[in-house]
This record gives sequence, C-alpha cells and structure tokens, in this order.
Amino acid sequence: MRSLANVLRAAALAALLAFLLTPQRFARLFVPFTQYGAPPIYDQGNLLTLALAQLGTVLVAAAASSLVAVSLGILVTRPGGAEFLPLSRTLVNIGQTFPPVAVLAVAVPLVGFGLRPTLIALFAYGLLPIFENTIVGLRTVPAAVLEAASGMGMSARQRLQSVELPLAMPLILEGIRLSLVINVGTATIGSTVAAKGLGEVIIAGLLSNNTAFILQGGLVTGLMAVLLYDALVGLERRICARARIE
Amino acid sequence: MITIEKLSKRYGATTVVDGVSMEIARNSLTVIVGTSGSGKSTLLRMVNRLVEPSSGRVLIEGRDTREEPAHLLRRRIGYAIQGHGLFPHRTVAENIATVPRLLGWDDARIRARVAELLRAFQLDPALYAGQFPHQLSGGQQQRVGVARALAAEPAVLLMDEPFGALDPIIRAKAQEDLLEVRQRFGTTIVLVTHDMDEAFRLGDHVAVMSEGRVLQYDRPAALLTQPADPFVSRMTGMADRALRLLALIPAGEAAAPGADGGPEVVSTATLRDVLSELVWRGVDSVRVVDPDGRPRGRLTVAAILARGRP
Repeated sequence: MRSLANVLRAAALAALLAFLLTPQRFARLFVPFTQYGAPPIYDQGNLLTLALAQLGTVLVAAAASSLVAVSLGILVTRPGGAEFLPLSRTLVNIGQTFPPVAVLAVAVPLVGFGLRPTLIALFAYGLLPIFENTIVGLRTVPAAVLEAASGMGMSARQRLQSVELPLAMPLILEGIRLSLVINVGTATIGSTVAAKGLGEVIIAGLLSNNTAFILQGGLVTGLMAVLLYDALVGLERRICARARIE
Repeated sequence: MITIEKLSKRYGATTVVDGVSMEIARNSLTVIVGTSGSGKSTLLRMVNRLVEPSSGRVLIEGRDTREEPAHLLRRRIGYAIQGHGLFPHRTVAENIATVPRLLGWDDARIRARVAELLRAFQLDPALYAGQFPHQLSGGQQQRVGVARALAAEPAVLLMDEPFGALDPIIRAKAQEDLLEVRQRFGTTIVLVTHDMDEAFRLGDHVAVMSEGRVLQYDRPAALLTQPADPFVSRMTGMADRALRLLALIPAGEAAAPGADGGPEVVSTATLRDVLSELVWRGVDSVRVVDPDGRPRGRLTVAAILARGRP
C-alpha cells in the first residue's frame, strides 16, 4: 500500500511539474475543450509563475495565521488569559464564516487592489483550524504531567516551552496543514482583485468561454493542494519523530 | 527541619486546611493520612507552594519558604505524585535529569546521577535510560517518577499518593524500595495517603487529618494505644488494632534471653508475622536470629500477646 501511494505521489508531482514547465506539450489534450480555434493552453501569462505566486501567497498568509492563532491559543489557555477565550473564539469564527470574497470586497477600499486584500482574506480564513487545534492540543496535556512539571520547579515559561508545546505540537501542525490546504483553493479568488495566481487562468476561461483554461487553473490548483497536504503529513511525522511524540 | 505554623487554606467560604501546626524531624518519614477531602494533599502542596497558603507559614531548615520564588523553592524539594506524571516525550534519562538540568548541572554530573538512581531503583541504565515512559510497566514508571523526584539530591521529598495507582504486590515492593531509598539517601520524606496500612507500614510519624485539621500527630503505636479522637480510632480500625500494634514491633526488639527449641524466625520479622507463624506451626515459642544468623533470644506466645495491648 505504502509503495503504491508513493508511486501515485511521484506520478502526480511529475505530471504537475511537466505541465507547468512545458504546458505546450499538453496542448493536444486540451483541444477538445476549446471552441472556434481558441488557444488550448493559457497564453496570457506563465503558468509556472502563476502557480508559484499562488503558493507564495498561501504560505505567507499561513505563516501569519499560524503566528497569530498559536499565540492566541497559548494566551487563552493561560490562567490569566482564560477570560479572552470567548472573544478570541468569536473573532476567529467570524474570520472563518465571513466569506473570503466578502472580505476582499471590504478590504479593497481600505488597502487597494492586488496582493494585500488577498493576504488579509486568506489570513482570516485560515485562523480557525490552527486556533482550535492549538487549544485542544494544549488542553489535552495530562494534568499529572503539568503538575509534575510545576512540582519539579519549572517556571510557567519553561513548562510551556519544554512540556506543553512539544506535547501539543502534533495537533498544532495538523491545524496548520488544514488551514494551508483549504487556502490553496481559496487563493484563486485573489485574482478577482488582481493578485497574481491561478485564479487568473480560471477567470480568463470564464470570460472567453474557454473550458480548457478553467480546467487548467482548477487541475493545477487541485494537484498543488493534494501534494501539499501529502508533503505536510510527511513533514509532521518527521517533526514529531524528532520531538519524539507518539 | 520542616516547621509548619498555623497553616490555613481557604477557598472562598470553605476552609480546606485549618490552622495546622506541626514539626517534621530531619530524616523522618512522616505520613499524612486522611479520607478524601480531608485537606491532606492541600497541606502537602502548601509545603512546596504549589498551593499558596491563606495564612500561616512553612519553614524549612528555619528558612521561610516565601523568601524565594516558588519555582526556585521547588527545585530544592523532591515531588512525586500518583500516576507518576512522567513527560511522555522524554526518555527515562531525560525525565530523571529534569531538575538537575533546571539547576544547570554539567552533563557528566547529570549522567552519573541518572545512572546511580536507575541502579538504586533496580533499572539497568544500559537498558532503560533511553526508553520512553510508555515502554515501561506501571511499577517501573512509578520508580522512575520517584527517581526523578530525588535527582537533584533534595533534602526533602514530598509524595502525594505515590503508590495509589499500583496493584498490591507492586505497591508492597515500591514501599520496600522507598524505605531502602530513604536509608540510602537520608531524605526527609512527607507522604500523603488515604491508606492506613500504608501509613503504619511506612511512617515513623503519622498525622491523621479530618476536615482540614490534624487530629493526632504521633508515633504509629500511640495512634493505637492513645487515640486522641474517636475519628482516629475509626481510621486505624478497632477490630484489628492489637494485630496492627504487633505489626509495628520487630521480633528482635521483643526477644527475651534464652535459647530453647522451636522454629527459627528472623529478627526483622514483626511480632504479627511471628504470631502467625506460631499459630500455623502449632508451637508455643520460636528462636529469634539476626539476618546474619546470630541468635537474639526466644519469643513465646504469651510474650507476644502481652505486647499486643496498651
């Protein structure tokens, strides 16, 4: 099973890279989806550049969400910060339930077109899974372990750094992974406000009634999300193995 | 060495510990025993300030425990709890090294200390140092928990129901180990339990607590012969108090001069064990010998029975 999964993984990665590097080679595959001799491969920009731009946007947004959500999760699980839990949870939930498109609409008048409103939308959308997983991770550290850590003479900070965070790490990483993968797809909407990304390809397809463009944008985004998910699962395993957490 | 002065803990209107004063001598093993909700754990946790007292104070070697930050105080006091609380993401050696690391010991000293402790608790360092807590049996985990508490050579060791999660056979072994460890390291131990048998078996002083107060703080025999309160009698048990009393006296101490026949018993056995042996074998007297074989005298049924009453 393991080896089959690895073969599939390698095949998906190879297909994605081949398409992004030499899209014209796949032109014949997409001809059936075009009408009236329209171009079968997106020709208004470099697909590789767009894919990397989208990935970069998602990673920057995820880094910001992780920093904020993990810090907030730590804060509300401290004795002094417990009273901020309802407020924090409400804010984070709004970030998730407020549609990213609506966030864009609100953000553009404030920060202008381009990358910035997209980053804001993705940042807000990605907070919830990281925040909730951080809280669950920190709360499920066994009481006896915490008691022992304090009883040994660890300061609150030492306890957090050397006991609570390492034990909560698998769940925190899982939250970051969920957030990243959701946002790879969500990031395509950034193109509606002129952020660089594969959304551009999809929108071009919609405007010119070219199904081939829509498919290309969608497939590349989907493959990136799947491969990223896979890579992050592997990375989590490695980090947890190094921290030696079961 | 530990002086507890009018120590109280109140949560709102409820008083959990109510004006407790007691002196705990150096190198003693003091057991605080009581039912659940008697305040015994809270009293113990006020010694290392895991719980801050509402009033009163604790002195260790004459020094008020509030003179230094709580986490620094705790590094000088060993602490072992029920369910051991080992760090699941750290090896046995790393767990034991926790406090020495906090204190900034150098690596060589830490390694030597960890190996010494593992051997003292009958765990081969080559085999166990690199294992993780979940790979150990319950009894081994508990021993590592106590080893960790002793790692930085604390003068005082606090134990909160340390054997509560163990089955009876492993618990008996753990209790024996504790007595040995105490001999070996000369640690002053304060242990909290709800188990009167454990209190009698381990304690050279026992404090009986109920509703936040210490009803009696005395030698175990005195709890039986001069109970200060009906609750103390209830806790120690009326039905088998004579046998409990006999269980506190080693045969060597009760032996009278003489060398008549009869089976041999070792001088470290308690009078309760000797009586049982006499009943079992259907004889009237035994010869008492030291563990090294030296004769100590003889014991008769009548002599034993005489020791079983106040």
